[in-house]
Amino acid sequence: MTPKTASLRDWLSTDRPMSRRQAFMGRVYHGCRDFSRNRLAMLGLLTVLALILVAIFADLLAPYSAYTGDLRTTRLLPPSWAHWFGTDDQGRDILSRIIIGSRITLMVVILVAVLAAPLGLIVGTVAGYAGGWVDAVLMRITDIFLAFPRLILALAFVAALGPGIQNAVIAIAITSWPPYARMARAETLTIRQTDYIAAVRLLGASPWRIVLSHIMPLCVSSVIVRVTLDMAGIILTAAGLGFLGLGAQPPMPEWGAMIANGRLYVLDQWWVAAAPGAAIFVVSLAFNLLGDGLRDALDPKAAK
Amino acid sequence: MLPLLSRRVLCATAAAAMLACSAGAALAATPKDTLVLAFGFDDIITMDPAEAFELSAGEIMGNTYDRLLRLDINDPSKLVGDVAKSWTVSADGKTYTFELKPGLKFASGNPLTAEEVAYSLQRAVMLDKSPAFILTQFGFSKANVKDKIKATSPTTVTLETDKAYAPTFVFNCLTANVAGIVDMKLVQSKEVNGDWGYAWLKTNYAGSGPLKLREWRANEIVALERNDNYYGAKPKLARVIYRHVKESATQRLLLEKGDIDIARNLSPQDIAALSANKDVKLTSTPKGTVYYISLNQKNANLAKPEVREALKYLVDYDAIGDTLIKNIGVINQNFLPQGLLGASKDKPYKLDVAKAKALLAKAGLPNGFKVTIDMRTIQPVQGITEAFQQTAKQAGIDVEIIPGDGKQTLTKYRARTHDMYIGQWGADYWDPHSNADTFTRNPDNADDAKAKPLAWRNAWAIPELTKQSDAAVLERDAGKRKKMYEDLQAEFRKTSPFIMLYQQTEVAAFRSNVDGLKLGPTFDTNYMFNASKR
Amino acid sequence: MAIPDPTAAGVTPLSAVATRTAGQRFTPHAKSFGNFLVVILLTYLGLLAVTFFIGRVIPIDPVLAIVGDRAPAHVIERARQELGLDKPLYEQFYIYLGKVLKGDFGVSVLTANPVMTDIKRAFPATLELASLGILIGAGLGVPLGVWAAVRRGKLVDQVVRVIGLVGYSVPIFWLGLMALVLFYARLGWVSGPGRIDVTYEYTITPVTGLLLLDTAMAGEWEAFRNVFSHLILPASLLGYFALAYISRMTRSFMLNELAQEYVIAARAKGLSESRIIWRHALRNAMVPLVTVIALSYAGLLEGSVLTETVFAWPGLGLYITNSLQNADMNAVLGGTIVVGSIFVGLNLLSDVLYKLLDPRTRIR
Repeated sequence: MTPKTASLRDWLSTDRPMSRRQAFMGRVYHGCRDFSRNRLAMLGLLTVLALILVAIFADLLAPYSAYTGDLRTTRLLPPSWAHWFGTDDQGRDILSRIIIGSRITLMVVILVAVLAAPLGLIVGTVAGYAGGWVDAVLMRITDIFLAFPRLILALAFVAALGPGIQNAVIAIAITSWPPYARMARAETLTIRQTDYIAAVRLLGASPWRIVLSHIMPLCVSSVIVRVTLDMAGIILTAAGLGFLGLGAQPPMPEWGAMIANGRLYVLDQWWVAAAPGAAIFVVSLAFNLLGDGLRDALDPKAAK
Repeated sequence: MLPLLSRRVLCATAAAAMLACSAGAALAATPKDTLVLAFGFDDIITMDPAEAFELSAGEIMGNTYDRLLRLDINDPSKLVGDVAKSWTVSADGKTYTFELKPGLKFASGNPLTAEEVAYSLQRAVMLDKSPAFILTQFGFSKANVKDKIKATSPTTVTLETDKAYAPTFVFNCLTANVAGIVDMKLVQSKEVNGDWGYAWLKTNYAGSGPLKLREWRANEIVALERNDNYYGAKPKLARVIYRHVKESATQRLLLEKGDIDIARNLSPQDIAALSANKDVKLTSTPKGTVYYISLNQKNANLAKPEVREALKYLVDYDAIGDTLIKNIGVINQNFLPQGLLGASKDKPYKLDVAKAKALLAKAGLPNGFKVTIDMRTIQPVQGITEAFQQTAKQAGIDVEIIPGDGKQTLTKYRARTHDMYIGQWGADYWDPHSNADTFTRNPDNADDAKAKPLAWRNAWAIPELTKQSDAAVLERDAGKRKKMYEDLQAEFRKTSPFIMLYQQTEVAAFRSNVDGLKLGPTFDTNYMFNASKR
Repeated sequence: MAIPDPTAAGVTPLSAVATRTAGQRFTPHAKSFGNFLVVILLTYLGLLAVTFFIGRVIPIDPVLAIVGDRAPAHVIERARQELGLDKPLYEQFYIYLGKVLKGDFGVSVLTANPVMTDIKRAFPATLELASLGILIGAGLGVPLGVWAAVRRGKLVDQVVRVIGLVGYSVPIFWLGLMALVLFYARLGWVSGPGRIDVTYEYTITPVTGLLLLDTAMAGEWEAFRNVFSHLILPASLLGYFALAYISRMTRSFMLNELAQEYVIAARAKGLSESRIIWRHALRNAMVPLVTVIALSYAGLLEGSVLTETVFAWPGLGLYITNSLQNADMNAVLGGTIVVGSIFVGLNLLSDVLYKLLDPRTRIR
């Protein structure tokens, strides 16, 4: 009875994996199974997938143009059957703008998260593990980035690279990594005293291998939770930089820019800011549920 | 699962907080003898009338410093004597003589005589700060001002200009804040290293106006108090407090609750909403500020005359006037605001995409072209720019909006590195030359020119119009002078690279128990000292 | 996450090896302290240098704020010279550093006051707001996070999650304005925007700038209540934002702790659930949690421009932003030094707190 004749599921679930690859595949399989049992996490995943689909098929889904409106006839209309989310101050349909803007917004959020989180993770784990002057220097660099006025960087970027949303991504990513570094360092400080790290070291693992293969995976879960929380914050930060030119250029229907514009109408024409705000909330919730699910699935010690 | 102790502590804190709040919130209304305004004044950088040039500082100066003449706010084409009782012009038109009212005093108690008036004007010229040009344009300089501006008797002041300017021009300039009268003895006692009291007066007060400055906390509060030594009718209110509030919605909430008496920076939406409120009244005045879109003549496409004209047909003036600037502006297609001598009401342009397309075809650009516009990220400027972007697209012109902050875009504008720019110009003093000087005068179009009028910033070379503007300022007959400005505007409307949009209307909303509030055509004629509360 | 030492008796030989080779940290030596000071100073230097040089290349002409748009060319030139803008960049920085070392942070071109005077006015406003905010945020956030972790998966957990998420994804100006409309305009429970009513404006002379403290010290209890009712709404707003983060992170860290074996061991030993959660698990979770709270506090102390705009609060956020928009570099640099000090200070504080809370992070 070789492993090949037994069913695939048995192969993956065996207590005695014959090879490293089998062990790894088994872990992935179990992780996915646990994840799929978590209803909320599945809800998060499905919502994120739906968002991605909306972003891909935005042009087909949007009922009106996101860029043209009529000042006289369609300005600031409240939500109705013709315009589900109402119209904005230039007469443009808000639902269409949200659908088409999902592309830009999702891209911004994912890019920033993908750029900032790994950077912070690496800096934090290296600082926490190495200790001594490496730790001190890295932490002080982190402090510099934390204390540095973000607006100055934004202005400098505008001067050097010109306006636009791509440069906003870079600017935000450059200033977003310090909190992840601080958190990763805090966790590393407690992990590195443990026996299994000592064991790996005795086995002859180089410090880099220890940090990358052993310590970082343990820090990943809290960073994931933080990143998913930060998603909404990233969009709002991009909106906050827009007034300097580092953000969506009008008439781009980026959600943060839409909220910033809706600020003037908050008291009477609430729908102008409410719709993109709700969209941001939904995205945030979806990623948060997804992140929690991932964390639970990745964490070998989580309660089953 | 919260331990009992934490839960109890939480509840107790919450209860205490509520109690504290309700007690503190009870006394919300403003005191009877104090007028409280919500006004965004983060542009104030100094309280020295010889240096102040920004709008908010202008308003404070207008309420706290006297000058020789003031504008009659009910009819800005007329002048009213402030410290001057009477005034004459010599036959050759170069000597102006002012007789002062007797028995005038500063807030400090020091007497106000012709010597102080001469000192103040000399000081402004000697310090030579930004607004000094309003005086130095009459030929006063550091070298000659002590001779040209003199006190010939305790109640007589004479000024000698270098040319025979239009008297209305000179008088209008003397109503400006830079001609405000400062307390010579007080200022001289605070002088450091011969600085004419400059360092001290930046944050202090030495005037004689109906209100005196008590305190200026930057970006927080400006407190004015009644000046009991004022020569005229004493203000009915003991104090006028300006609170720095930038957000229109916040101003509106404060006004609705009665925590402020007057709200000054309301957006069109908030104004519309407040007009339905029976505790609130509105007052509005056309201001001497005009908004425009300008075309940099350094851009080859924008330099073509057909393109300039086509773009003027690509703005939906009516729609903008009825929606985006409703209540806060009136469409005005001339560089002079209404109320100034020679202002024109002609409005030849309206949205006409077909005509614009025909003009573009004539210019050799039937498919339009790409161009950028630098825009400040404030309303209504942003809304107008986005609307313009849409209408221009209909004729094939692809406008890319480059947003930026106020000073950021201004820096770019002054460096002439823009394509198009949407901006505004407020009159420095209540005379048509203030706008002609910038829109229709460009003495030197080189990159390193000393002067940077708006015509220069858009690289518009206009030797003829410059000559005409110079002549208009020397024309002593008011009727002829009016005609000259009308001709200037006619030519400007046709050929200039400026798409004039609208003239600002300043609106203030106030509680119904406030009386006597009237806004003037300029910020230094927004007199708060006439107000009172029932 | 950490696997605790199963031999409760202390450090095993393996761990001893680990600690010695893991490097030195802040040993109580004079030399170490000297190193420490040098590093701090280098941080400030780096911060100032970067801010200074970037500030000189931003596309805003600082002279515009001083002399305005209408000034004639010679006035502009004169202003440029007075600011020292005609000198080469390195010389400008050198001159600035020299002044800073003497304690002169320059004069703000926008307010005509020395920068430190302005900051002494603006910072206490933000300090008061942020401190009350973090008290609310951590005071409510930590228990909520613990509650959610203990009741994981149940309704409580989801409600806490949603509350947190709403707090974090909603634009702060929107929430602020809605809160003002509800609690101030409609219900009248709190006072409006601004720090204090006009009536009380000149009844006290600010000593510390922290109005709650000043009014209490002066015995002006009416004014005290007034200041509090002005403070509570924006502080609650900021506290809500801090709470969103803190409760989520508390939940996460608590979940890690509650999954450890020592919890099972403690239960087996018969300890009450409450004691396990609050005295043991939370204590362990506090180490990384302290970082989160410190970071949140630092973020609040930086001053939130939008909150300060909506609530007309004259704090550090508005000050720095306004200065930056006018390229008032003295003010920006002064503000940056203050913010930098906050971050450095709070990070050091959290490092100290780690050592107090978790002996495992200490090194022999």
